[in-house]
Amino acid sequence: MIHVQYFARYRETLGVDSERLAWEEGFARLDDLRRHLLARGSDWAVLGERNLMCARNQELCGLDEPLADGDEVAFFPTVTGG
Amino acid sequence: MGIRVHVGTFEPGRELDALHAANAGVGAVVGFVGYVRDFNEGREVGGMFLEHYPGMTEKALAKIADEAARRWPLLRVEVLHRIGRLEPGEPIVFVGTASAHRQAAFDACEFIMDYLKTRAPFWKKEDTGEGPRWVEGRDSDQEAARRW
Repeated sequence: MIHVQYFARYRETLGVDSERLAWEEGFARLDDLRRHLLARGSDWAVLGERNLMCARNQELCGLDEPLADGDEVAFFPTVTGG
Repeated sequence: MGIRVHVGTFEPGRELDALHAANAGVGAVVGFVGYVRDFNEGREVGGMFLEHYPGMTEKALAKIADEAARRWPLLRVEVLHRIGRLEPGEPIVFVGTASAHRQAAFDACEFIMDYLKTRAPFWKKEDTGEGPRWVEGRDSDQEAARRW
């Protein structure tokens, strides 16, 4: 199982704040999961943005981050705090 | 080291005073306060909502403060960030550093803000005359963080 969360503009565009996906061997890296979601089409194209940020288990990471069953993954636009 | 993420407002002066309380070894205190402006990117701003990633936010801020404490000889670090609804003129964020001498406190405070701007999971949604809009990240913030 992978717990995926979406924040801010992505959450609004997608109309969902989180979901649980059954683990697949094909999710070797975070980018594999992102491509799986992009394939849903229409609004999911937002996950193809150049400035997309992501986190694995609440730590910022790159798209080449390895994934494991049970991970918490998040996708979000560039952060704008402070 | 103190990390706080909360809804209500705060008093910057009190936060600054607290940084040297009960520690006579502190010779320098530097504080940064970020405020909500009433104008941004060509539009009037009537207020904003700050969204965050509960759980990760606190961890990200602690990691940034830890990194600052590893790089500079700091005696205290305080990071306070608000979430939820904010009005123009209200404080959003406070970063305070205390050290024996000024340079460490100055540099560490700036470092923490630059990293917070680019690595802490907060997002601003402004209310403008033309409706709400998400604030987009700035390249200048990324450049500021890269110099460290």
